[in-house]
Amino acid sequence: MKIPDPFNQEISKNKAIHIHFSQAIPLITYIDESCLYLKEKKCRICEAVCEKKAIDFTQTPEKVKVNVGAIILAPGFEPFDPKVRDEYGYGKFENVITSMDYERLLSSTGPYEGEIRRTSDLKHPKKIAWIQCVGSRQVLPGGNSYCSTVCCTYTQKQVILTKDHDLEAECTVFHNDIRSFGKDFERFYERTERLPGVRFIRSYVSVVREDPKSKNVTIRYSTPEDGVKEEEFDMVVLSIGLNPPSDGKDLARKFGIELDPHGFCKTNPSNPIETARPGIFVSGVFQGPMDIPESVFTASGAGSQCGQLLDYRRDKLTTERVYPAEKDVSQEEPKVGVFVCYCGANIGRVVDVPSVVEYASKLPHVVHVDKQLFSCSTDSAKQITEAIKEKGLNRVVVAACTPKTHEPTFRDSLREGGLNQYFFDMANIREHCSWVHSREKEEATEKAKEITRLSVARALRLEPLQEFELSVNKAALVVGGGLAGMNCALSIANQGHEVHLIEREKELGGMARRIYYTLEGLDVQAYLQDLMYKVFRHPLIRVYPDATILEAKGYVGNFVTKVKSEGVITEIKHGATVIAVGADEYKPTEYLYGKDDRVMTNLELEERIARRDEKVVTAETLVMIQCVGSRNEERNYCSRICCSESIKNALKLKEINPKMDIYILFRDIRTYGFKEDYYREAADKDVKFIRYEPGDKPQVEAVEESGRQILRVTVTDPILGKRVEIDADMLALAAATVSPSGNKQISQLFKASLGPDDFFKEAHVKLRPVDFVEDGVYLCGMAHYPKHIPEAVNQAYGAAGRVLTLLSHDTVVASGSVCIVDEKKCMGCGACVEACTYGALELYETRQGEKAKINPVLCKGDGLCNTKCPTGAIQLKHFTDEQLIAQIDATVGDRWEPKEVKKIGCGT
Amino acid sequence: MAGVSRLQYSNEIRLIRVMCSGRVDLAFILRAFHNGMDGVLIGGCYLDECKYTTHGNYHALNMVLLGKRIMEHIGLNPERLRIEFMSSSEGGRFADTVNDLVNKVRTIGPFGKGEGIDENELRAKLDEMMKLVPYMKIAKRDKLSSRLKDPKEWSKLFTRDEVETLLREVPSYYIDPEKCQACMTCARRCPADAILSGKNLIHIIDQEKCIKCGTCLEVCPPRFSAVLKLMGEAPPPPIPEEKRKIVRKGREEGSSKQN
Repeated sequence: MKIPDPFNQEISKNKAIHIHFSQAIPLITYIDESCLYLKEKKCRICEAVCEKKAIDFTQTPEKVKVNVGAIILAPGFEPFDPKVRDEYGYGKFENVITSMDYERLLSSTGPYEGEIRRTSDLKHPKKIAWIQCVGSRQVLPGGNSYCSTVCCTYTQKQVILTKDHDLEAECTVFHNDIRSFGKDFERFYERTERLPGVRFIRSYVSVVREDPKSKNVTIRYSTPEDGVKEEEFDMVVLSIGLNPPSDGKDLARKFGIELDPHGFCKTNPSNPIETARPGIFVSGVFQGPMDIPESVFTASGAGSQCGQLLDYRRDKLTTERVYPAEKDVSQEEPKVGVFVCYCGANIGRVVDVPSVVEYASKLPHVVHVDKQLFSCSTDSAKQITEAIKEKGLNRVVVAACTPKTHEPTFRDSLREGGLNQYFFDMANIREHCSWVHSREKEEATEKAKEITRLSVARALRLEPLQEFELSVNKAALVVGGGLAGMNCALSIANQGHEVHLIEREKELGGMARRIYYTLEGLDVQAYLQDLMYKVFRHPLIRVYPDATILEAKGYVGNFVTKVKSEGVITEIKHGATVIAVGADEYKPTEYLYGKDDRVMTNLELEERIARRDEKVVTAETLVMIQCVGSRNEERNYCSRICCSESIKNALKLKEINPKMDIYILFRDIRTYGFKEDYYREAADKDVKFIRYEPGDKPQVEAVEESGRQILRVTVTDPILGKRVEIDADMLALAAATVSPSGNKQISQLFKASLGPDDFFKEAHVKLRPVDFVEDGVYLCGMAHYPKHIPEAVNQAYGAAGRVLTLLSHDTVVASGSVCIVDEKKCMGCGACVEACTYGALELYETRQGEKAKINPVLCKGDGLCNTKCPTGAIQLKHFTDEQLIAQIDATVGDRWEPKEVKKIGCGT
Repeated sequence: MAGVSRLQYSNEIRLIRVMCSGRVDLAFILRAFHNGMDGVLIGGCYLDECKYTTHGNYHALNMVLLGKRIMEHIGLNPERLRIEFMSSSEGGRFADTVNDLVNKVRTIGPFGKGEGIDENELRAKLDEMMKLVPYMKIAKRDKLSSRLKDPKEWSKLFTRDEVETLLREVPSYYIDPEKCQACMTCARRCPADAILSGKNLIHIIDQEKCIKCGTCLEVCPPRFSAVLKLMGEAPPPPIPEEKRKIVRKGREEGSSKQN
């Protein structure tokens, strides 16, 4: 009996007994409420057939009491249900689906195994429309007034993936403002827009009808050129927004926290991780709509805030894992065990697994083979461990999926079996085979055999490697004393670690010194004073103002940084480094800036508003121009904050002088999240918004008319369809947020990479947004990318959480896959030293001339030096010339047999 | 992402994992062709988006550019070798690249046959080139570390003439038996272990093992100057074993021990 599968948006069916989805943790089968026995006391067939007697219908829910010192609420969100708004035809027209439905269609584990099909006729849609802002930015019953933040970019992702699936597909996105304000999102948007057959149309739309026969859907929209028109699509995707969690009210009641008017968690504006109740923290979208990186900041940040409360009990409940002693197999003949995984049907449906097992059993040195339904399951992992012990295996190959996911799992099985974990190789017969050759079963099976053979060839040459333990100095260095740096420093110090906070200016505060209020009403100067007071008063924080960094050496757990502060040079030893250097405001060269003192930047305007500058607050007409220095060729990114900042200033001016005429000339208004409400408020208060095209920027000239000095701003109004002239008294420019010029130097000192716009580049955009690839170095605040104060605070706590993860340990383990120098073969040419920008290599004088010497702790394992070395004196362990050549040679097929690798040019 | 998105591509490719495209040695590429592979693809991150600070992908590019010229030199179609920069999220791009290379190689034809050159002859030439990889790395070290962002500059990095000259001017090192004092310095310093040495035995360079790095020439004590660099001529055959013994007058042999 099959029931609609909620994980696949009920497009496909599943059984009452199922796993939640293929990557679920734990990956365990369970029985859900649709079970016939649970509903009607019938059936019980499963109980009879289960040999292991694993089914127990007598289980009942249990109440468990847990005593905790802190609570993190991370309930996520509820996708907006477009059924509540009749006009979209969702649930009525079969080919009107939500973006969540579409996401499942795109997925390999989705209802059609990764093929985009229409449920009405299972055909591939050729003409697809996306409708943006469904349920968002709508002050209508059932809609949400706020912007859901993520939909513009997820739609672009879906368009790109659609084009990946089917190059011929025509994709049309009907949108309001395009809000690609996230890091690198502007480039992503451009990439999507430039794809052939992709149209972005700025228009409100209505879903008109469904063709009863073809089930195609007609949409009505309007463009300035053609007016109102109708167009038929094969499929319409509703880009639905983010609603608060459905049990939000219940949670609020149970935990005694407050909700905001939108139903999300009410948070402290200066610390969005804090709820109204001490000890209860909130992370993720429950704070308000946010994207993955921001969500990850808050997760780590909530961890850090719990740490501040509970640090005194750290490690009280942990137990250390003990592995059996590692056996020495250096004198043994290679004995390889090969395990081939079905991955349920993921591999088994395409690749003939038994035949791969059979083939592997005949490969040289293979002494044990087995097939497994899911190699990654706990049972299968135990089988591997047992086989190592019983069959005396000293090499293990698992033919399954990508090492990216499960390599650690299997390495662990080796350790449990008393084998060095580097005697392991994964043959990827899923991503590299069954998934990408799913229609060629025979060829795929042959390829799976070859992939396994390559892996065995490599396994034969693997060496046991030792991961080394490095001691950890318990202090942290925070570079940059702005809001992010100070919050991060405080959180670390509050957990008992010494913090050295260095600031290039004489005073702490950074950019926040020039900010007076936020949209949400935070008094920034008061907050800043309080923060600085806490920093200066903290016994574990030492502040170095007016500082320059002279030298930074060392590695994770053991950095040594030389700082000159107020003329005094100090050598600081620290285990972790946080880069929080902030950002600068762009100095415009356009719109008479610097030539006319009535033209100012947003920050300058704010400062003049704060001191009630007569000229500003009594101005009759004030114009703001957005995107000055952003979203152009030179700086191809959105500065994220300026739309909200302009609206903030506009609202403040309206509060002081309601009669002032304020115009905001913009490209897209990017007031994401709850800031949308302030955009609406500004429009309601008669702030006039005029959109301009990048190819037709506003013109500004200073003119004198009947004795009055005015700034004449000319702009094309797309609604009126003509040029309009605005005579302004004041002009504010939303100047870009730019990376500080010192970033290059900081980047070199701490080996922290920079992205294309010279902001610091995190280790992974989504999953590791506060880490660097370089271990022990972390990132927060505007050094990462422009962001609002609450976002910077989230990330500051996030970085503190990551720092604590490191500093709370006495030692840290470094990978065994590092380079090694064979001095005999080294000719001292220095090519490796030149290539290694990590400074892991240096030449030193020996009796046999200069030789390269490696500091394995600094080695990142990229292996460039290995390639550069003319003599083969440097080898990257685990990716040695010998191992890689063994794989290259094993591609040869029938001719292959493992042999002494012939010496070749690179000196193997 | 090609896998996760289930994008179908040609099954005629085998993937070998390295942590950075900069780890791919010229010798690996030549070896793959030597094994009879019809095409080689190197996938790297986009230029300037290297997750390491080493920017290994620029280095990989340079090496591919040199590799293509070498293929040209030995008569192997350079279009069999390709480097593509892509991001891990671009499954479609990866699948397209693989299909495109496979199709390209198909139009060229199988290794050797497509070029109309005997396979064994090509293999012999590849053998010869593989032996010269260390020499090429040393001679073209600076250019192999270039950072060429603009694709227009790529074909200019190594010109055909330049590579012809490079391969024409391959030096040989030779120890003059008249001058060698069997001091063992060169033998101890040879990174390739290519010098047959021994106390009171005139040293001989094993030309098969020699990687032409010139270390022996550099370290041979100037007062002996026994190592010669020969350009464009084959080194004389090694002296017969029975003539290698140095007969010294009096007690002069102490001089060799000072090193």
